[in-house]
Amino acid sequence: MTDATLENSPYAFVRRETLQQEAAPLSVAGPIAWIRANLFSGPVNSLMTLVCLYIVVTSVPDLVRFYFIDAVWSGTNRDACLADKVGRPVGACWAYIADRFQYFVYGSYPVAQRWRVDIVFVMFALGIIWLLWERVPLKKVGFFFFFVLLPISAYILLLGGANAEGFLRWLIIITVALMALYLVLSFAPALARFWIGPAFLAVEETLPPWKRFYRPKRLVLLSLVVFGLMAILADTAGLPRVDTGLWGGMTVTFLIAAVGIVFSLPLGVVLALGRRSRLPIIQLLSVIFIEFVRGVPLITVLFMANTMLPLFVPQEYSPDRLLRPLVGVALFAAAYMAEVIRGGLQAIPKGQYEGAMSLGLGYGSMMRLIILPQALRIVIPGIVNTFIGLFKDTTLVTIVGIFDFLRTIEATLVDPTWATPTTRATGYAFAAMFYFLCCWGMSRYSISVEKRLAAGQKR
Amino acid sequence: MSSIPTETVQPGRASLLYDPKIRGYVYQLALLAVVAFLIWSAASNAIENLRAQKIASGFGFWHNAAGFDVNQKLIPFSASGSTYGQAFYVGLLNTLLVASIGIVLSTFLGFFVGVARLSPNWVLSKLAMIYVEVIRNLPLLLQLFFWYNAVLKPLPDARNSIALPGNIFLNNRGLIMPNPQFGPAFQAVVIAFFLAAAAAVVFYIWSKKQQERTGKQYPNGLITLALIIGLPLIVYFFAGQPLSFDLPQQGRFNLTGGLQIYPEFVALLIGLTTYTAGFIAEVVRAGILAVSRGQTEAANALGLRAGPTLKLVVIPQAMRVIIPPLTSNYLNLTKNSSLAVAIGYPDLVQVFTGTVLNQTGQAVEVVAITMAVYLTISLVTSLFMNIYNKRMALVER
Repeated sequence: MTDATLENSPYAFVRRETLQQEAAPLSVAGPIAWIRANLFSGPVNSLMTLVCLYIVVTSVPDLVRFYFIDAVWSGTNRDACLADKVGRPVGACWAYIADRFQYFVYGSYPVAQRWRVDIVFVMFALGIIWLLWERVPLKKVGFFFFFVLLPISAYILLLGGANAEGFLRWLIIITVALMALYLVLSFAPALARFWIGPAFLAVEETLPPWKRFYRPKRLVLLSLVVFGLMAILADTAGLPRVDTGLWGGMTVTFLIAAVGIVFSLPLGVVLALGRRSRLPIIQLLSVIFIEFVRGVPLITVLFMANTMLPLFVPQEYSPDRLLRPLVGVALFAAAYMAEVIRGGLQAIPKGQYEGAMSLGLGYGSMMRLIILPQALRIVIPGIVNTFIGLFKDTTLVTIVGIFDFLRTIEATLVDPTWATPTTRATGYAFAAMFYFLCCWGMSRYSISVEKRLAAGQKR
Repeated sequence: MSSIPTETVQPGRASLLYDPKIRGYVYQLALLAVVAFLIWSAASNAIENLRAQKIASGFGFWHNAAGFDVNQKLIPFSASGSTYGQAFYVGLLNTLLVASIGIVLSTFLGFFVGVARLSPNWVLSKLAMIYVEVIRNLPLLLQLFFWYNAVLKPLPDARNSIALPGNIFLNNRGLIMPNPQFGPAFQAVVIAFFLAAAAAVVFYIWSKKQQERTGKQYPNGLITLALIIGLPLIVYFFAGQPLSFDLPQQGRFNLTGGLQIYPEFVALLIGLTTYTAGFIAEVVRAGILAVSRGQTEAANALGLRAGPTLKLVVIPQAMRVIIPPLTSNYLNLTKNSSLAVAIGYPDLVQVFTGTVLNQTGQAVEVVAITMAVYLTISLVTSLFMNIYNKRMALVER
């Protein structure tokens, strides 16, 4: 045997003599050991820890003092936040935020009409909760509410005026007509054979008539309720027209984000499918659109929308000032969304396509029923990331003169009523809190979804 | 057997309506027709509208006198004698300047923060996490406003400049530093620098070959550093120190002389760098986490210490994961530099799509040129990064 021992040490790889016994470690568990292991394990590590602690110690107490201890919480004008008027060091001027809060939310929207914005906010919140909270039932109705009913009602409520009311009247007539149609169809299966395929009908016919076409009926009923309520509102309180030039603040920020989301998702799906298509012209056009839009900054797209869109349409249809950036943002977000969804489509194994084809499904049904649901589910985190980017990018409309939330903050900073040395720091902190809460909330949601989806994949 | 059916089964001739090939052609033709119609109507409307507004079309404005001045310019430009075409180049160079410096700085900061987030040091990793979370969840425009309006604007005016060591002054007009003046003999120093760089490359190749043959390692980094710094320094002293500085003079009301770095540039650079670094940090972290733990353990088992493990084993493998998203972050930084228009840094968008567009009214041409520039930058950058990516990619059989 040629074991490496002390006896054959000239040929061994091991030490020739035993080491000195080391003192027992002071502790291997507990806070002191943790601090030693994690903070002061070596010279570089110790230095890093000290530098970091120095940064924390020099910045955090000052921030706390500025934003909380020395802050001014109430007052009606700049005198409340001036150090020589108050007679003590003054920190953040929260009184200014409280005073201007309405302006930050509504912009210059007429005070008497702000309840309309509130209704839209409530509907928006309702739609968000409906879609994002797992336990809420009727998800498909929720989708319909968020992606169809909400945009229509927001348009009618926010803009108002004769056009919107006429549009509302039309919508009610169409919904009632659809309702009547579904009623007739559900009691007359023979008629329904024209409406939907015989295969689906076979399932439906086993049900009693009042339960047939349950889902479309639910959608129609919901729209009827929403439109009816709005018609009552318009009748009792009236919906005078509020020009988009008066809109501002969080309303506009949320509006741009919502429009971007509502339009970019379907458009992105179409573009992604186009890019994966085997038809060369469709593929080429999709690729050109996606690469072109992704290759230029959003600002240039906004400039293009702002200056060139009016040139491209006849003078009499010149788009509204707020509509132009909306178009720009939606197209821009769609290109990014398309790439995210393409990633999801590429992740679907070929077998899924082949399985769908072997069932005899056409391209449309294959995508709608088999591929897209899986692909979209995979890329939910990516979609949410795009939304976060989109939400942050809404601030850029400031540059083309739209009064979004950030612009309203900037506008109040130059207003002499509240111009103090600390107003700016307060305003930016408030804006930062708003954007951080929205974006961080979205990213937390995406992480939770990711975890939930991963639960099924765990081995 | 006599009962073989004589009639063979005809292949089902479905109606042309259901032939996927025909359908494909029809769809594509329809799409083409729609796109062509859209382009045609947009173009004809644009011509009509431009005629109604009496705006000239074409690129004739390129040689017209500009009549405005730009504060930061890398090439000569003046309100009196320069044209819109020169304004375009001024803006383009400013964009490239801020983007290239921003890319370098944000790469360093991003790598540092990304590695720091994975550090076993609890305080360091938590600070890095807070940095990343805060930076990534706030709009860049807000951050630019913050740096420009809340940090750089409240600095004292020129009379009360903050004097930093080395004749550097900080005030609300920016950072004023000694302006280096190069004598004619300075060329020799430049040549020496390039010679040193070439020598360093040669030495690197030689040492690599030596290491492959004999296993002996040379201190590459130190020797390269010594060559690149030492040789030009020696030449500099032999050439009689051909470098002098134009020092800023603190007058009674103003600072004169020196090199002025404008606050708009500083704000944009800080904003872009810190913002992009937050994203790069996450890319780096994801890349390092993607390298399996076994690789580190194997390196440790071979007796490599933490430093060489990171440098020789982990980072090269992580780079494969890092490079593609890193590329898109570089592109984002370049595109985001267009936000300069919000704080008045004279980049391409501010000078060209802002001022020139306002003065000439030629929206179509100006916006098209701007977009073409950014598209070109994007395509060229991704081309180079793809080549690099291909070189670094895992070669699989």
